[in-house]
Amino acid sequence: MPHAFPLVPQEASTLAPAVDHLFYFLTAVSVFFAALIFLMIFYFAVKYRRRSKDEPPPRHQVINNIPLEVTWTVIPMILVTIMYFWGADIFVKNAQPPKDATEIFVIGKQWMWHVEHSNGKREINALHIPVNVPIKLTMTSQDVIHDFFVPVFRVKKDVLPDRYTTEWFEANRIGKYHFFCDQYCGMGHSLMRGWVYVMSQDDYERWLRSGVSGVTMADQGETLYHQYGCITCHGTGKGPAFRGLYGKPVLLSDGQTVIANDSYIRESILYPTAQIVNGYPAIMPTFKGQLSEEQILQLTAYIKSLGSKERNTGTP
Amino acid sequence: MPNSHAIVAEQFDDREQQHEAASLGMWIFLGTEIMFFGGLFAGYTVYRNLYTTAFEAGSHLLNAKIGALNTAVLICSSLTMALAVHAAQTGKRKRLMGFLVSTMVLGGVFLYIKFILEWLHEYRDGLAPGLHFTYSGPQASHVALFFCFYFLMTGVHALHMIVGEGIMTVLLIMAWRGKFSERSHNHIEIAGLYWHFIDIVWIFLFPLLYLLGAHF
Amino acid sequence: MSSTEVPIEPRVHYLNADYSIKSWLLTTDHKRIAWLYLIAITFFFTVGGVAAVLMRLNLLEPQGLLVEPETYNKLFSSHGIVMIFFFMVPSIPAVMGNFLIPLMLGARDVAFPRLNLLSWYVFMAGGSLVLYALIAGGVDTGWTFYTPLSTLYLNTHVMATATGVFIAGFSSILTGLNFVVTIHKMRAPGLTWFRLPLFIWAMYATSIIFIIGTPVIAISLALIALERAFHVGIFDPALGGDPILFQHLFWFYSHPAVYVMILPSMGVVSELITSFSKKKIFGYHFIAFSSVAIAAIGFLVWGHHMFVSGQSIYAGLVFSALSMAVAIPSAVKVFNWTATLYKGSISYEAPMLYALGFIGLFTIGGLTGLYLATTALDQHLHATYFVVAHFHYIMVGGAVMGYMGAIHYWWPKMSGRLYPDGWARVAAIIIFVGFNLTFFPQFVLGYLGMPRRYAVYPPEFQTLNVISTAGASILGLGYVIPLIYFAWSARYGPVAGPNPWNATGLEWTTASPPPTHNFEETPVVTEEPYGYDRIAEEIQVA
Repeated sequence: MPHAFPLVPQEASTLAPAVDHLFYFLTAVSVFFAALIFLMIFYFAVKYRRRSKDEPPPRHQVINNIPLEVTWTVIPMILVTIMYFWGADIFVKNAQPPKDATEIFVIGKQWMWHVEHSNGKREINALHIPVNVPIKLTMTSQDVIHDFFVPVFRVKKDVLPDRYTTEWFEANRIGKYHFFCDQYCGMGHSLMRGWVYVMSQDDYERWLRSGVSGVTMADQGETLYHQYGCITCHGTGKGPAFRGLYGKPVLLSDGQTVIANDSYIRESILYPTAQIVNGYPAIMPTFKGQLSEEQILQLTAYIKSLGSKERNTGTP
Repeated sequence: MPNSHAIVAEQFDDREQQHEAASLGMWIFLGTEIMFFGGLFAGYTVYRNLYTTAFEAGSHLLNAKIGALNTAVLICSSLTMALAVHAAQTGKRKRLMGFLVSTMVLGGVFLYIKFILEWLHEYRDGLAPGLHFTYSGPQASHVALFFCFYFLMTGVHALHMIVGEGIMTVLLIMAWRGKFSERSHNHIEIAGLYWHFIDIVWIFLFPLLYLLGAHF
Repeated sequence: MSSTEVPIEPRVHYLNADYSIKSWLLTTDHKRIAWLYLIAITFFFTVGGVAAVLMRLNLLEPQGLLVEPETYNKLFSSHGIVMIFFFMVPSIPAVMGNFLIPLMLGARDVAFPRLNLLSWYVFMAGGSLVLYALIAGGVDTGWTFYTPLSTLYLNTHVMATATGVFIAGFSSILTGLNFVVTIHKMRAPGLTWFRLPLFIWAMYATSIIFIIGTPVIAISLALIALERAFHVGIFDPALGGDPILFQHLFWFYSHPAVYVMILPSMGVVSELITSFSKKKIFGYHFIAFSSVAIAAIGFLVWGHHMFVSGQSIYAGLVFSALSMAVAIPSAVKVFNWTATLYKGSISYEAPMLYALGFIGLFTIGGLTGLYLATTALDQHLHATYFVVAHFHYIMVGGAVMGYMGAIHYWWPKMSGRLYPDGWARVAAIIIFVGFNLTFFPQFVLGYLGMPRRYAVYPPEFQTLNVISTAGASILGLGYVIPLIYFAWSARYGPVAGPNPWNATGLEWTTASPPPTHNFEETPVVTEEPYGYDRIAEEIQVA
């Protein structure tokens, strides 16, 4: 039997009410204009129906009315301007994740979602998050373009191969909600979905600590740092040091300055010659094809952990 | 199909209308061509900005001298084409045929230089992505991207040249059979527009591919 | 069966001038070429329609009723590719445009008749290649061909399909070129720009889009083919390429292509509303210029398909503003059509029902477009069923309604015969009801968060999907009925006479069907279009 169905989706994030209010405003405008047009057509259609087969065409036809034309040009213009600024306001405010957001890493691949928390806990097609805490997803894809969409949070963002995109939200309702891949990605596209579990902060803590070896992403990154011989240059002064690097500006050999963020670190590992740090020779080989997206994220976490005094364990 | 004596096709009222329609048609066609090449130019520009060093390195691997020579050849062919149009307008059949032949020969020289002296050379040097690419300097994959655009853009241009040569051949046969006169030379003028257009595309391609960022 | 008593006079016209197959396949007569297109796109519409029916049936069950996800993906890809490139884009321009433009201009033919025939062959070549791809195993890229999925990951017939669409694109370019030159250079004496019927204005704007936009999608698809053949890396991020570049190139054409689909219908509706209310159009200049404005602004809004693609938020804001701007000329048109009805003498033959249906459904489609142009809402609605519902309201509710209206209105001119109006009205109402039942629930589905292109879906979405499928079966029935009565009418329909609707316009001044050269004498135009008030004056005087 078909399930009972709701007409509006649940709201479970701080963003959702703002989006919904705007949605209702547009719906009100739409219903008003649709009703206006329909009623006018219906009224004219009945009132001015042709009453006999040989009724002559009407004489003295009104074919122009500039004030009327101006009115129905200007009123829609005002309304769409309101829509635009209202929407842009929400969009821009929502574009920047808060500084203190908890980071979680998401890797999309045909056809599953791989999620990794900072403390090294991994999950597949599921995302456990604490309620009332801003969460920032750093996302990338191993193959084609995907999209991470959580309807109850009213957000989505494409997940692209070979670059990071971010999406953030603050859940405010405990519960279990769908998330979907919302960019067609091949055969298993419609199976590439899972559940977001919004938990109380205590439950989340418990969940996060259960069944982990205590090896955080940064720890794993440190292992890679030794294993792949990064240390032979970056630990000896032959290459730029990592301590205190993350989030700081870096002067490049071509005079430009970039901020050492996730994307910069990723690009430096995969395309070392693209951005050479000023004062160092371009001798680093590429690690393309040797490191997985997950390992790159772990190395990034390690470098990030060197940036602050204490290791970021991913828990607030 | 209008018979060969009727200068004006049946859907037109007079020669002037036919002439205007044909010219406008060609101009619009050239507009679509601009959009066609425009897509390629846009892609090229985007990547050039992303990977400036690699694209400059790629550019440096091209032979700018031969490219310049080819530019000169093509400009000469535009000149002979313009003279052919003039000859057609003044009804000089011999001159018209002579200039058409010179235009074709110059076009042929251009294609010879392009294919034999450049493409074949670049292929042998291992600069043809997807077929034979052995470049191993820094950012090899981005240099490959440059060559990809290089072959694509010059290839599409060369394709237009080959079509142009075909058109010239038809015109030459028509001229030989005496189909053109002072009153009837629409085809020549329209073909001239097309030929100049290809020329202009090359004038943009040459600096973009060979010269920008090249080291002299 | 009401067969006419009036004997058909043995008059030579374009249909009976020559019956041989050769005379059809080598014709340069714009009217016959219109028939060639009509037959071809009806076939493609059937192919796309069958795919749609199978999709809707599959969605009856959350786990899929009929087919595996892979097959479902091929179904929606085929549906999109066939319906857009081989039905919607050529529908009104290639069929009605070809038939009507020379007639409305008082010309003997289009400017380049042989090029016109060539366009049809090019179209058929592209179509055959795509059909081959479908028969050989199908394609599952979606009609959007997004990279790197289409270039690196799919092993289906992407190459043949992309080449087919590429080739068909040249048909659009050549048709657009032909129309622009025809409209510029072939107008009858006295037919100035502001005496042109609004259908011509709409076709002019459409042709401009063909000319400017189509080459860009052609080059994008050529790049896809190249990438697949040689793996050169233009769109492959692993080799330094940028998949987003493809999206920019693709939407640069494909968004204006939406206006290619809707503008001709708007032109048709302007003709129908005036003819069936016996009124001059209200705000002629506003409607004419809004067509051109829509075509122009339409080229600047492509980025609204990419708000969540990772493009910069500033780009998103600019594209959002421009997309909002397109709403204005569209709204102006709707208001002007409505005002045209005011104090008219309105009758309700089938074409008028389609025209009124168009206005209603286009209004809903247009208003819901505003939701998607609003950045903050698009973050939720992007690529959900809300989008599916929105563009079907525009393309089916709008463009197909306009196309059906056009066929019903000009059928007597094309065939010289009438069809049973009662049946036609019934079909129009069935189509209207079936359409709304199919697609309105999809707005709700999208708002609830159901993503598009899902072969299987969570069970809570089932009820709405079942309603939608039920609507689709009604809609399907609605499209079958006209096929039957048109086939009947072509052979047995009563003779129509030159002007069955008592309409103005040059096409109604010549015989039905018109002679091969359209007009016995080149008409001379002395007044603005839709001169129904003058007819009233004349009746008064008489």
